[in-house]
This record gives sequence, structure tokens and C-alpha cells, in this order.
Amino acid sequence: MAHAVRLTVNGTTHAHEVEPRLLLVHFLRDVLGLTGTHVGCDTSQCGACTVLVDGAAVKSCTSFAVQADGADIRTIEGLATGEALHPIQQAFWEKHGLQCGFCTPGMVMTLVQVLERNPDPTEAEVRSGIAGNLCRCTGYENIVEAARHAAAAMRAARA
Amino acid sequence: MIPAAFDYVAPSTVREALAVLRSSAGDARLLAGGQSLIPMMRMRLVNPGLVVDLSRVADLAYVREHDGGIAIGAMTTYRTIETSLLVRERFPLLTEVASQVADLQVRNRGTIGGALAHADPSADLPALMVAADARILTRGGGRGRSIPATRFFVDAFTTALRETEIITRIVVPAPPARTGGSYQKLANRASHFAIVGVAALVTLDAAGVCSRVRIGVTGAGPAASRAQAAESYLAGRAPTEAALEAAAARAGDGIDFTDDLHGSAAYREHLTQRLAFRALSAAVERAG
Repeated sequence: MAHAVRLTVNGTTHAHEVEPRLLLVHFLRDVLGLTGTHVGCDTSQCGACTVLVDGAAVKSCTSFAVQADGADIRTIEGLATGEALHPIQQAFWEKHGLQCGFCTPGMVMTLVQVLERNPDPTEAEVRSGIAGNLCRCTGYENIVEAARHAAAAMRAARA
Repeated sequence: MIPAAFDYVAPSTVREALAVLRSSAGDARLLAGGQSLIPMMRMRLVNPGLVVDLSRVADLAYVREHDGGIAIGAMTTYRTIETSLLVRERFPLLTEVASQVADLQVRNRGTIGGALAHADPSADLPALMVAADARILTRGGGRGRSIPATRFFVDAFTTALRETEIITRIVVPAPPARTGGSYQKLANRASHFAIVGVAALVTLDAAGVCSRVRIGVTGAGPAASRAQAAESYLAGRAPTEAALEAAAARAGDGIDFTDDLHGSAAYREHLTQRLAFRALSAAVERAG
């Protein structure tokens, strides 16, 4: 039986009928066409599907769309302001924080949460923050560097 | 991987959720944070006809003072526990354990009640729950029950819960004065589950002798359990390195060690002893 859900994604409100078994990640990708959120491992480990639900980073492959009724969701598509990249996206560009790019949307969304909770994380804190995100290119060095570069840029912008 | 089709209901009270459970004849599953249930449904290891989402039930997510200890609502997330000042003040070992569970995203969603009901044999919390003499409060089928954690974990993924019962609250008594605690685990690198995890709580008396010892072990066997032989060996003794070693050597007594791709039974037995030694040593240091 289909359930009516009404939720906000990147500032736009959407109302749809969904089957209860529809995963949030498939709702975002297949119903709304927001394919920036990736499906990586399909087993809740890789974090490529991470989005913010009411401000909390969650694995959208481990959540049903029906649970998100009334929620405010932010995906990778909602980070940039027009042509201006979000500071974390900019830092990934500048510090070469990606190789194949598959894990990048999830890494960036998780880091939004990590830096919101801790604006000046140590290397160890960044690594533990992204423990739920896997990079199969093993590009962690530059990802961590990008995260700390972004943190510094965001602190400077606020000062 | 797509779960099999199911019906979904999101009741707003425990009473309503219990009524749904009673009328579904064993075909329903309770959905808390979903961090274990949803992966299992996707792999079709579990195929409920009805999913009862508890996230809209009011007043199941809280951390409160309770008789000097703490009471935690079943739908409280790891994140809330990890950041609760009350938990940090009353039971810092719970803060430490909660912050080591899985990863940031899972801790944002995963709940204490869901984790205990799921009873993964490698989960972190059960080790602490049995060591801390926690009680699991339920409703459903009459007056509700208060189940000691030591009797709650029956087997892998099997608890003392009845099909028509819902966990509402977890009560963790405050440890006696001069108690130190530590949780030591060897984690799987991808899942962060404990291959073996040992929680130890040691209370010292005025003379520096161990007056009370509690050790909980997870990951080693099919269900979290207390290492009673090690506890009773150490109780009444001064915590010398030799005494801690001798106690740790008994930490695996009575465990039917799991043998799987993450570790052989012999390796798990070794880990149980070594992690018990580390946990006891750190607990003694913090008790001082």
C-alpha cells in the first residue's frame, strides 16, 4: 500500500506516494532525479549515500523514504550557491580530495556534519569522523587534508 | 538490494504500537533506528509483513536521572547518549562505549533499545549492560517487565523479549564510589563491530582492595555474558599485576567461543583474556 510523504529536499518541497520498501536513496535518485547521492556497497558500510536528514548525516540506503515524511533533507546538489562551491567542495578541488570521485558526495556530506560539530578537528578527529565512509581508491590522505583545509577556510570566513 | 514488500505503520503511542503487535500474529517487526533491521531486510534475512515504526512515538527518547543512576528511553540514539552530560557525569564508561559504536552516521540513527533488541553477538553495548547490572524495562502482555541484562541476552540475535513486548526504557544504576571502568575492543575495520570486546568495572575499598568486580564480554560467544570466574577471583584481592593477569586468564571460562571468518575460537579466547587484562588494568587505574 502506498503512503503519502511530503518532504523538503534542498529547499524544495515534494509530495509523493511511495511504497514503504522504497529506500530513501532510491527516492532521491529515481523519483526526484537527484543522482549526486550514490549507492556504493549496498550493505550500509561505505557511506557513499550519506545525506543530511534534519541536519543529521545518515546513510540514505539504510532508511526508508516513508520514514522521512516531514523531514528537511540536504543532498550534495544543495551545497553550492549558484556557481560558488561550498567550502568543502572547493577544498576537495584544491587539495585533490578525490580520485575516481564515487565516494565524494558521501564524504562531503559527512564532513559537513563533522565540521559543524567541530570547526577545528585534528587529523585523528577527521579520520574518526569519516570512519563510516570508504574510499576504494584509498585516497584518504588528500581527503583528510581537504577536510582540514576546508575547516580553516570556514573558520577564516566566520572570523 | 530491495526488501520484500511490507505494510508500514507509525503509531504515536506505545499502547497503539502494542495493539498492532498483538493483532499481527508474529508477522510484524519493530523499527527503531533501522541500522540493523533495514540491512537485514535488504538481504532478505528478515521479511516482515508489517513494519511498526516507533520513531513517532512520543517520549521514548530521553536521558534522565533515576535513583542516582540514569534512565534512558529506548529510542534514544547513540549520538544523544554520547553527548549527554548526565551520562558523562554519572557513567562515563557508557559515553566511552557509545562513542565507539559503528560510525557517525549509524550513531546518529541507531538507538539503544533497537541495539539491545537486535542482540548482535558482536555489538558493544551488551558487554557494558551486563557488567553494569542494567535493567531492560518493557511493556506488553500485562504489567510490563524489568529484565536484568544478564538474563536478557539468550543467544545470537535472541533475547528474552516476547513477540508482543516493546522495550521502553533502560535503567543503568550508578556504580559505587571509587569505581573505575574501561571498555577494550578489537574492532573489525570495516563494520567497527567488536571481534571481542570487554567492559570492566572495578570498585576499590579504602585499603585499595578490589571490593566489587564486574566484567562483561561481547563478541566472544553467541551472546554477551559476565565473566564470573574472573570477577570472583579478583574480588577481595589487591589489584596487583599478577592478580589482574590471573583474573584475566579466567575471563573466557564458560564461553562457547565463536569460530568464523573474523577469528578462530582460539584467537577469540586469547583476545578475551588480553582485553580483559587491559580493561581491568585501566579500570583499576581510574578507580584510584
